[in-house]
Amino acid sequence: MKNILLIDFGSTYTKVTAVDAEAGQLLGTADSYTTIETDVGEGLENALKKLEKQTGVISYDARYACSSAAGGLRMVTSGLVPELTAEAARQASLGAGAKVLKVFSFQLTEDDLDEILSIKPDIFLLCGGTDGGNTECILHNAKMLASVPFDFPVILAGNRTAARECERILAGHEVYVVENVMPKFGVLNIEPARLKIREIFLNRIIQAKGLSKAAELLSGILMPTPSAVMRATRLLAQGCEGETGIGDLICVDVGGATTDIYSMADGMPRTATTVYKGLPEPYDKRTVEGDIGMRYSVKGIVEAAGLPRICQLSGLEEKQVSALLEELSSHPDMIPAPGSDLEKLDYALASMAIETAVKRHAGTIEETYTLMGLTYIQSGKDLRNVKQVIVTGGSLIRTAHTQDIASHALMNRLSPMSLMPLEADIRVDRKYILAAMGLLSEYYPQTALRIMKKELVYDGHSEQKNS
Amino acid sequence: MKKKVLVIGVIGADVHAVGNRILYHAFTEAGFEVVNLGVMVSQEEYIAAAIESAADAIVVSSLYGQGELDCRGMREKCDEAGLKGIPLLVGGNIVIGKQKFEDVEQRFKAMGFDRAFPPNTPPETTIQALRELLHMEDEQE
Repeated sequence: MKNILLIDFGSTYTKVTAVDAEAGQLLGTADSYTTIETDVGEGLENALKKLEKQTGVISYDARYACSSAAGGLRMVTSGLVPELTAEAARQASLGAGAKVLKVFSFQLTEDDLDEILSIKPDIFLLCGGTDGGNTECILHNAKMLASVPFDFPVILAGNRTAARECERILAGHEVYVVENVMPKFGVLNIEPARLKIREIFLNRIIQAKGLSKAAELLSGILMPTPSAVMRATRLLAQGCEGETGIGDLICVDVGGATTDIYSMADGMPRTATTVYKGLPEPYDKRTVEGDIGMRYSVKGIVEAAGLPRICQLSGLEEKQVSALLEELSSHPDMIPAPGSDLEKLDYALASMAIETAVKRHAGTIEETYTLMGLTYIQSGKDLRNVKQVIVTGGSLIRTAHTQDIASHALMNRLSPMSLMPLEADIRVDRKYILAAMGLLSEYYPQTALRIMKKELVYDGHSEQKNS
Repeated sequence: MKKKVLVIGVIGADVHAVGNRILYHAFTEAGFEVVNLGVMVSQEEYIAAAIESAADAIVVSSLYGQGELDCRGMREKCDEAGLKGIPLLVGGNIVIGKQKFEDVEQRFKAMGFDRAFPPNTPPETTIQALRELLHMEDEQE
């Protein structure tokens, strides 16, 4: 027996998962409200008591945790050209599990500095210029930052020619130099920045977030929660020694305030008549839609999908929908009763949240006629051949219509230019174990993978929708 | 000495890839650092790449006859993006039909291009022009 406790300190719930790593068994899961104001240990104790009712008293050999409590890992980034180094900086931060509050491009202004100071990020990622390329912008931005009082760590991941000078300009601050996020034009190199972000998270952020009291009880708080989910999904797709993965996949996490999409697929053009444009995207890509969520960000869903589609999907009249939306905005903690209008509305909202978020995550394709005949221009990832969709998040795992809702992750006739999956098996994270398995995979990848293959329940196969 | 950086590519809806590869190799061989954007490149892509890589010149190719349309306004966009005065060169089959190349050259110069080259220009000619434009002749190689 090797019992391991995995903890996810979420912004609302603290979730605990008990695993016997040697037997490769999931022992139980439970959750309770996060208590960040007093001591996160309280919420953890409550969750553990609930867990004990299922599993009996267990002595744990190790306890590992991830956290998105207290606002998660909040980052601000800057780069030079919006679609190039600024985008690379954003991708690096998202990939490290951060919440990216603002992406600046070109030269920082005094107004930008005011905004940065009011955001008070946990980490600032300063980029710009390819190696040997533009130095003016990153030097200017370092000088601008140095001109104001701040106390967050800065990661320099821009033109290496300017790195030392930027370091000198920012002397007296916590500054880390890593490889350029875009060393050559069109080459994405975000892993070094990701690793540094995680290192700073471990050393610095945990204390600042009042999680250190809990940390003393644990073998370690290892990473931000989205980073744990990223690891779990990557392992699930790629496999590990002794256990094969399930191949390319996308994972959809619809929360109350945001919707996260992860894709594990190469996504590059598959035919000679397709030309790729723009910055290549990582195999393991994460996007966060801050305006798409089931409770705090309902407005964003309605704006993106339009009221008529919400009405059509829910089967409710426009008046009913508006009244319910009004009610939701003042009572975001409403939970739908079975058969209620709110349940119907939630169905429509969740469907449109997925459609909107996956559409934004996936690449696009355009047809154009050239002298050589029909040619396609692709930008972003081509996910049409991805055949697995994993869904997680309360609104999806607590409904009976998971497959119907999840099928909105597939390509549909209304947006034929979006490179969303054509058909897929839907798997549901009913016990909410993805983050826990990401943590476990640090030490027991094979066990984590086996548990995921067993617990992520197959919920049917969906094909491209015609409506 | 730091290598001079060129941004190259085939503009517009033009998919002629062979000449682009030849130019890439010829320029690299001649000692330039080359950012090759490939085919079907928009004006904005040349400009974005030139900003990030602090390019010394942009070399535009066009083989399919629509070059004049595709190149229109590029100088103004460069000015707008802070690339004031960056040398712009263009070559290939940049216009359709039997036109006197002197006229064509005049039109491209009026559009803000520093040099325009007729069909069948060997890479060496362009390299020579680049050396002049970038004042590389007076530097020690």
